[in-house]
Amino acid sequence: MSKIPPKQEGDPNTTGHSWDGIEEFDNPMPRWWLWTFYATILWGVIYTIAYPAWPLVSSATAGLLGYSTRAEVAAEIAAVEEANAGINVQLASTELTEIASDATLNGYAVSAGAAVFRTWCAQCHGSGAAGFKGYPNLLDDDWLWGGDIEAIHTTISHGIRNEEDDDARYSEMPAFGEILEEEEIAQVVNYVLELSGAEADPALAGPGAEVFADNCSACHGENGMGDREQGAPNLSDAIWLYGGDAETLTETVTYSRYGVMPPWTQRLTEAQIRAVSLYVHQLGGGE
Amino acid sequence: MTDQAPPPSLYAAREPIFPRRVSGAFRNLKWVILAVTLGIYYLVPWIRWDRGPSLPDQAVLLDLANRRFYFFWIEIWSHEFYFVAGLLIMAGLGLFLFTSALGRVWCGYACPQTVWTDLFILVERWVEGDRNARLRLHRQKKMDARKLRLRLTKWLLWLLIAVATGGAWVFYFADAPTLMVDLFTGQAHSVAYGTAAFLTATTFVFGGFMREQICIYACPWPRIQAAMMDEDTLTVAYRDWRGEPRKHSQEAKTEPMGDCIDCMACVNVCPMGIDIRDGQQMECITCALCIDACDDVMERIGKPRGLIDYIALSDETLEREGNAPRPTWRHIFRPRTMLYTALWGGVGVALIIALFIRADIEMTVAPVRNPTFVTLSDGSIRNTYDIRLRNKNNDERLFRIFALGDPALRIQLEGTPYASVPVAADTSHLQRVYVIAPPGSDPANGARTDLRFWVEDLSNGDRAYRDSSFTGKGDVQ
Repeated sequence: MSKIPPKQEGDPNTTGHSWDGIEEFDNPMPRWWLWTFYATILWGVIYTIAYPAWPLVSSATAGLLGYSTRAEVAAEIAAVEEANAGINVQLASTELTEIASDATLNGYAVSAGAAVFRTWCAQCHGSGAAGFKGYPNLLDDDWLWGGDIEAIHTTISHGIRNEEDDDARYSEMPAFGEILEEEEIAQVVNYVLELSGAEADPALAGPGAEVFADNCSACHGENGMGDREQGAPNLSDAIWLYGGDAETLTETVTYSRYGVMPPWTQRLTEAQIRAVSLYVHQLGGGE
Repeated sequence: MTDQAPPPSLYAAREPIFPRRVSGAFRNLKWVILAVTLGIYYLVPWIRWDRGPSLPDQAVLLDLANRRFYFFWIEIWSHEFYFVAGLLIMAGLGLFLFTSALGRVWCGYACPQTVWTDLFILVERWVEGDRNARLRLHRQKKMDARKLRLRLTKWLLWLLIAVATGGAWVFYFADAPTLMVDLFTGQAHSVAYGTAAFLTATTFVFGGFMREQICIYACPWPRIQAAMMDEDTLTVAYRDWRGEPRKHSQEAKTEPMGDCIDCMACVNVCPMGIDIRDGQQMECITCALCIDACDDVMERIGKPRGLIDYIALSDETLEREGNAPRPTWRHIFRPRTMLYTALWGGVGVALIIALFIRADIEMTVAPVRNPTFVTLSDGSIRNTYDIRLRNKNNDERLFRIFALGDPALRIQLEGTPYASVPVAADTSHLQRVYVIAPPGSDPANGARTDLRFWVEDLSNGDRAYRDSSFTGKGDVQ
């Protein structure tokens, strides 16, 4: 059974290779294999004629079928937009406060809003919406201009301190370096530190109360609780937009701060703005 | 140098093979395996299995769109794909086991290429007649009415089988009765038509025309199998020490004759077109039809059966010395096969255990790390967790989520004032969960506090847990 078959007339030649006495036949390939090989060559040629293939100086051959990956993506985007057209109309026309109670609409809005956020908002507020120094954290429960869905929607629609939108939220803190003496600034800084429960110099904080009442309470309130109507931050809590240490506070009081946000009505559709408003609202701090 | 013979062609046309009909024990076994395997393939998608109103009632269904795999009473979700991986490992080890014990038994009996080729040859024989009739038809150059009619009938029947084969495949991926109607009314998805058309084409070409060429040139498995065979592997072979010299050979005139009468029965029945008497060859799929053919002849001439037989290489030496071969069980039960059996059984037992201990309530916890924590107005520290709850029941269930760890920690669910969330039947639900540490508490000031999330089915008290941790504002060492 395991014998080496005797050499016969018409046996193929061997390749001349031999391993431990085992020789390798020089058998011919099957002819269909050759034809398959030719077929693949032909297929390749036809393919490069039918589809974009050959590089030219500034572009490439377009191919007879007129196929383009860009056009395919555009068609896919158009198809998705068409599929979402109905729900977008519904999103744009439903009462803002009612959307959350419609599970389907809310689910769509939050998912779509997440995409809008990552495209347009993450540059300043961070991909996780945690903000940076000067760019508010949207996850916490502290809001400069209000944290209910309507307030968030207004802020996103019109922006903050911009020239492009007349309805932009606007407030400006004076640079107190030109109004107050350095000592008065040190006093009010220590008073604010005391307000928020941080360590402060009581000797400075005492007279600081008077400076605060005269200069700051109009906007920040008598107890430094802030005023959302004017976008004045709450100074008594644990959250600081620019930093809550004495040095940063001195800088803020002396030179003021002027954070801006663009009005998104000019770039996004109403449905997109509502979607991203709902997304921000459900990040953990919505009111 | 001009009188040298021209070099042999690098390519050769396929030699057509006309296997003769044969009957016997192995042929009968192959008919049974053919009927069973084809029956399983064509009929399984039509078995119904009641799973309640919200789930499909097909017993075996690969629902790719919804990422569910249904196998009778078992339902596998995409994150449990390791069950499929486990089955593939078992299939691999099973092939190792059978190959090391019985050689290319998979190739000879159960491989789809073999089974469908067998079916196609059956049709061919039924339409055009047995080997000699087919040979005559092949040699007849002129395409007369009879030849045309026979060829067209054969191809049409092949095509019907091929369409049924390609069509049956797609029924595993969608509700079979619905898809059947859709396929015939032109309503089905283009992927269904494309897949069915592709498999129809491969079945028709591979079963009708390529046949042994697939095994010899296209399939990698025969080459891999060589690594699993050894001198104890039972394989189809010719007892040349008993058969030679053959009746018609030169030596036969001078020496006592062997048992082989050179009737070519073994060659004529071979679907691979080889002569097993030349020894083991890479083409041989060990379908054992030559054993049936030879046994039949041996019986008729009054010689003992088994001139061609399942023999192990180690027995050859014994038999040449005139000793009896070792019993078959000694070849099959040896360390190598026992190791494969143990591994195969081990994976199988592990899979079954995994299947039975898997809970129908599942939870994964992904702590949100962007940012790691949020400071709230009152100075509390809040961590956020994405908790995915999987409800594998057929009813909606109410899951209560709670966390155990530092007593200062408080839990809150996004979007609901309650501690529990409903999860619809056979779905998963992503719930954002906040854990809040009051200002000045240990978890708020510390770096990391261990935390265990629990989920409880309020209807029956079933529970599952996941360990996680709470990140405070303290520095991580």
